[in-house]
Amino acid sequence: MTADAPVISGTSVVKLARGVRLREDQVRGQMVLLAPERAMALDEIAVAIVQALDGKRSLDRIADDFAAQFEAPVAQIASDVKAFVHELAVRRMLEIVE
Amino acid sequence: MKSGAALANSIVREVSRVPPPMAMLAELTHRCPLACPYCSNPVALTPANDELSTGEWINVFEQAADLGVLHLHLSGGEPAARRDLVELTRAAVSLGLYTNLITSGVGLTEARISNLADVGLDHVQLSIQGVSPESADRIGGYSGGYERKIAVAGWVADAGIPLTINAVCHKQNMGEIEAMIELAIRLKARRIEVATVQFHGWAERNKAALMPTREQVEQATQTVAEAREKYQGVLVIDYVPADYYSSYPKACMGGWGRVGLNVTPSGRVLPCHAAETIPSLSFENVRERSLSRIWYESDAFNAYRGEDWMPELCRSCERKKVDFGGCRCQAMALAGDASATDPVCIRSPLRDRLTRDTDRLSTTQAATLTYRGR
Repeated sequence: MTADAPVISGTSVVKLARGVRLREDQVRGQMVLLAPERAMALDEIAVAIVQALDGKRSLDRIADDFAAQFEAPVAQIASDVKAFVHELAVRRMLEIVE
Repeated sequence: MKSGAALANSIVREVSRVPPPMAMLAELTHRCPLACPYCSNPVALTPANDELSTGEWINVFEQAADLGVLHLHLSGGEPAARRDLVELTRAAVSLGLYTNLITSGVGLTEARISNLADVGLDHVQLSIQGVSPESADRIGGYSGGYERKIAVAGWVADAGIPLTINAVCHKQNMGEIEAMIELAIRLKARRIEVATVQFHGWAERNKAALMPTREQVEQATQTVAEAREKYQGVLVIDYVPADYYSSYPKACMGGWGRVGLNVTPSGRVLPCHAAETIPSLSFENVRERSLSRIWYESDAFNAYRGEDWMPELCRSCERKKVDFGGCRCQAMALAGDASATDPVCIRSPLRDRLTRDTDRLSTTQAATLTYRGR
């Protein structure tokens, strides 16, 4: 087998894989990330991160933008974003654009 | 602003305090070209002329979405046997439902898969019965099935639809699990479900031919653990172990009437696909009642909710929040009583007998298979 596991770093550019969708769950009053046989309820921060995974900006760039937007320390944000994105990647929920 | 139906749902829910369902399995048809000897369909199959019409299914999907269902599994039988599969998928997608096609692959063409992709099908689960044409087609009872599945996997990948491989394992193919995982990667699947046969319905009739041995199960568990590490981030591996060898029962369906529901081809609504093996229950039909009333109020769905129904053994056990007392259909099949403790549980008085029976069945050299519907 030659398939390689994805490696997530600050320079990674990713987006949700086909078959993974963020939607509002009106019945339960929450946002959910839907994937095969999985539904993850996301809090506001997780939703903001998922929405930022546009397949254009790197994770570092996204962290910079959040830091400016929320006036928060960039190192902490960058580490949170990478940890969350890593969790999505091992569940095969992301497409690694570069 | 809530619609009248949504408002009615929330009122019913307030009274009953039952959570809304997350997932619905729509058995669009029981027709299937394959004849797997462990088919999860009931032994009494629904004929084609009893199936819900296109309009009736779409209405059920609308009710499901209003009720809070997020995942819709389009299953069967073989769902591709329905000529309206693309139309049904389009309707489900437009309701925001996450649509998953559970298929043998037989009956799908490249053009049809392309149409399904165009209307927004989210995901395909493709079954395999083995890793060679000989072994797979013998179990599936359909010559040429394996080659067709390989072609279908390619068309699904070309169409860009994410793919899961479903591999049911049992005594006769348990040694192929590693090869099945490798095949799934070659077929560009993101995920594989390695599920041991559940002994209901047709599988119950083939217990001696399909029951894995203790050694096989231990080897399979180890193979899966190693593969999970090796292929992390490449292939997600979901594994349903053989619960006859476990110390505690599975949390069947995530609890009765708690997470999901199943609609049969003719519209009966079941808490799980094997629920009709419990003779004391009667099931209501979407042709006569709303899905919401059936989910929240029907006797069948309320029969094993919560813990009032539980025997003292389960009610006084801390694991009742973990496994909900196990599988009701298994209790029916093995204990003759659907409200008994699942006999898989080491605390069940029937566990020793089950262990003896399982060891005997697993070492039986029975090779004759009773095929579904034949």
